[in-house]
Amino acid sequence: MAKKIINRVLVSIPVLIGVIFIIYVMLNIIPGNPIEVMMAEHARQDVIDRISAYYGLDKPVWEQFLIYMKNLLHGDLGVSYKLNRSVNSLIADAFPYTLKLAIAAAIVSWLIGIPAGILSAIHENTIVDRLFMGFSLLGVSMPVFWAALIFQYIFAYRLAWVPVSGADTWQSYILPAIVLGWSSAGTIARLTRSNLLEVLEEDYIRTAWAKGLSQAGVILHHAFKNALLPVITMMAIQVASLLSGAVITETVFAIPGIGRLAVDAITNRDMPLLQGTVIFTTILIIAGNLIADILYSVIDPRIREK
Amino acid sequence: MSEANTLEIRHLRTVFHTRKGDLAAVNDVSLTVPKGKIVGIVGESGCGKSMTAMSVMQLVRKPGEIESGQILFRGEDLLQKTPGEMQKIRGDRISMIFQEPMTSLNPVYTVGHQVEEALRIHEHLSKEELHRRAVEIFEAVGIPEAEERLKSYPHQLSGGLRQRVMIGMAMICKPDLLIADEPTTALDVTIEAQILALMKKLRDENGTSILLITHNMGVVAKMCDFVYVMYAGRVMEQAEVFELFRNVQHPYTAGLLQSIPRIDHVVDRLYTIPGVVPNLLHLPAGCGFCTRCRYAQDRCYEELPELREIAPGHFIRCFSTNQELSGKEESHA
Amino acid sequence: MSDLKHFRPDTAFGGKNEKRDLTSSAKKAQDPDAKLSAKDKKRIQLAADLGEAETGWDKFKILCSENKLAAASAVIILVIALMAIFAPVVAPYDPTKQDLLHRLEGMSAAHIFGTDQLGRDVFSRMIYGARVSLVIGLLPTFLSLALGTVLGLISGYLGKAADFVIMRLADITMAFPSLLLAMVVMYTLGAGIVNIFLALTFVSWAGTARVIRSQTLSLREMEYIEAARSMGVSKWRIMFQHILPNCLPNLIVLFTLNIPGSILSESSLSFLGIGAQPPMTSWGLMVSDGKQYLFTDPVVAIAPGVAILILALAFNFLGDGVRDVLDPYLNKQ
Repeated sequence: MAKKIINRVLVSIPVLIGVIFIIYVMLNIIPGNPIEVMMAEHARQDVIDRISAYYGLDKPVWEQFLIYMKNLLHGDLGVSYKLNRSVNSLIADAFPYTLKLAIAAAIVSWLIGIPAGILSAIHENTIVDRLFMGFSLLGVSMPVFWAALIFQYIFAYRLAWVPVSGADTWQSYILPAIVLGWSSAGTIARLTRSNLLEVLEEDYIRTAWAKGLSQAGVILHHAFKNALLPVITMMAIQVASLLSGAVITETVFAIPGIGRLAVDAITNRDMPLLQGTVIFTTILIIAGNLIADILYSVIDPRIREK
Repeated sequence: MSEANTLEIRHLRTVFHTRKGDLAAVNDVSLTVPKGKIVGIVGESGCGKSMTAMSVMQLVRKPGEIESGQILFRGEDLLQKTPGEMQKIRGDRISMIFQEPMTSLNPVYTVGHQVEEALRIHEHLSKEELHRRAVEIFEAVGIPEAEERLKSYPHQLSGGLRQRVMIGMAMICKPDLLIADEPTTALDVTIEAQILALMKKLRDENGTSILLITHNMGVVAKMCDFVYVMYAGRVMEQAEVFELFRNVQHPYTAGLLQSIPRIDHVVDRLYTIPGVVPNLLHLPAGCGFCTRCRYAQDRCYEELPELREIAPGHFIRCFSTNQELSGKEESHA
Repeated sequence: MSDLKHFRPDTAFGGKNEKRDLTSSAKKAQDPDAKLSAKDKKRIQLAADLGEAETGWDKFKILCSENKLAAASAVIILVIALMAIFAPVVAPYDPTKQDLLHRLEGMSAAHIFGTDQLGRDVFSRMIYGARVSLVIGLLPTFLSLALGTVLGLISGYLGKAADFVIMRLADITMAFPSLLLAMVVMYTLGAGIVNIFLALTFVSWAGTARVIRSQTLSLREMEYIEAARSMGVSKWRIMFQHILPNCLPNLIVLFTLNIPGSILSESSLSFLGIGAQPPMTSWGLMVSDGKQYLFTDPVVAIAPGVAILILALAFNFLGDGVRDVLDPYLNKQ
């Protein structure tokens, strides 16, 4: 078991290095000096040169990469051009907001997605099934930013139940969490449904009925745990979709999280900040996949042993 | 209603609703399981024997439906029970084991958990008591190192052990009726003998009645007190086991018996009944077997023979007896 | 029907996975005892009906009646596509014509979705915007599918180093959050429609590559591929003339199901201001422009969003329908 986990961690390392390399290359192949681009024609050449030297931009590209990698190994993501603060501290400030939003949204998506999937499977091909699946597909097909605006209009502006935007109180998180959660609830509901339907065909489910278990007992105790395994993998992939979705949700609801940071970095052409946020998010996603793999093998005794 | 019979099925009809019409998987089947006896249902796959068992458990799945009949269990009609009452009976008074011990146990729970669960549903016992009873039943079904084995997951056990676990799980509440659906089909011959012996032993110790479903005439001969031969949803022949083997009268049963290899009888090729089990949607109007019966006459295609008693307790659903038929054939030849 | 109750186990019991393979269904078909779910029966029936249909038109009619939702979705997509193609004819106004005297007028007979902040007709702009959404929906999806297919074939058929490199690249691509990756690409390349094509292609090729690779791996072992190889057919020919056609049903399903994702990604990028740039109109851009006036004039922002939703939903329903139809064929291989 421990060996398997270590193995799995080791496999992630090349992926991580590849991710960092690709981001670095993509952001650094833009011709021209980024400082020059940022400052446009307002600055004098000697100022640009000084600032470039300060950020190490006068060195050859491969040397810059090595320096970046060396710093990264020490957990240093560099300094923002625009804000002149370390990217680390910017991310540290922003991350709690994104984390709160992502956790709240994940909870919303499970609370909607898993029961909807179970009910659809139990009532397969009935009106209940169609309603839930239609609702899920609606969530999947809905542009997040648009749903955010509609919710803002109805619940914050018209009904005034919750704040329009910001992140000052816990109430501010309600709308963004629902918007973001609903969009991934659809995927979870569909996956739960199809897995449960598959598992309900298994012989051991027949055994469970024959034992005299109630419907709730059969489904929650015997079918659900087996059906849940792929859903857990799904939840890891969900980390990615929640973090992607957070970019939009944070923008619409003016939450100062990682997503906002990335959008601002693009607007300001702040390369180190964009690079830092993307690398940080990708590390989170790789970690999420890792945790899902480990969880999967903890739950399934057949995998645990191999 | 005599308490002497654990189970009495009367005129049971279970149908499947399909796009092209209804299909009767179980058609007017009546059978009796006397207390403490082993009753066999034999037939090829698709003859409705498993559906009969599932009807008793009331675990028939859509689009199947029990259409009519009575299933009297210790004198009470199970078909009049509410789902809640039926749930209390399943696993407690009537339990069932299945063909595939490999897939019939839930892979994500220990076998101990699954066996204890069967008991916990029906009896309120302390944790220690549940565990003690589980160990006890494991020992009773011949699982060595019961304490250790309870902690195993199904995939860690052999097929034979798994079927022992299934039997233990089914027997832990000391049911009145055990339904065994092809319990040994998936097992090796040596393991098969052990499992059959175990079932017999448990019957003798607890007085449990057993409804044994199989396609194997050898198993029937070894195990059963009474036999029902089913074909295309109907009972074709029924008799006490010695009577049946000594005095086979239905051509279908005769075919089944001829298809078992025998040591005392050297043949070039093993006999097989020609043709295949007919599609239940396109059954002939008359006897279901007529398309494959070498003695079939015009009448057999048009008219369904009734079950008739040809010797005390021996019924066949055929216009003639095998003796008459084979005699006729010899005179023809 | 009978007077018997419908028992709860029935409802909970009769399920089937969407992606169930037909081989197991076919095995069950030989054994009426093992029941088929309603959905399997429907599929087998559908496959049979399709086989009987003589003309393509007949087949089309059967498919439409089978999945009305998918058929309706196809009609909606067709209508939107026609409106986009004939936009100059259909649109009541010039989408770029400003009328500052009539800014942000709500819904009226003259302007069914009102006018925007520059007095332009929202409905006309939506019709032109459909061009962007449709092209973005189809083109990058097609490009990423093509790229993924080629890489998947190479990876699966050639194996070794090529396989290793391609699959590690796929791992890396799939580790990125797709929207952020697209944002990085847009940052590098600059905003604009052609760059969206490249960004979305770059983000989504890996999923296709994995699917095609695994299919290639299994097809590679087939006898007819072996035969082609032994006859000296070149490996590129085998890949593209023998293996690729077998992947086609899968590709069609992937294509339809990936379209909504592309549409939504484009609208998100445009909403963030790094996608389509004015004076081009895109639905995402329109929502972005309208969001400042959300509380005073919500229609301007909401109407184009509804359009995105309808188009994405229609493609999703169509994709589900296509998968349901092609699935039996997929699994026959």
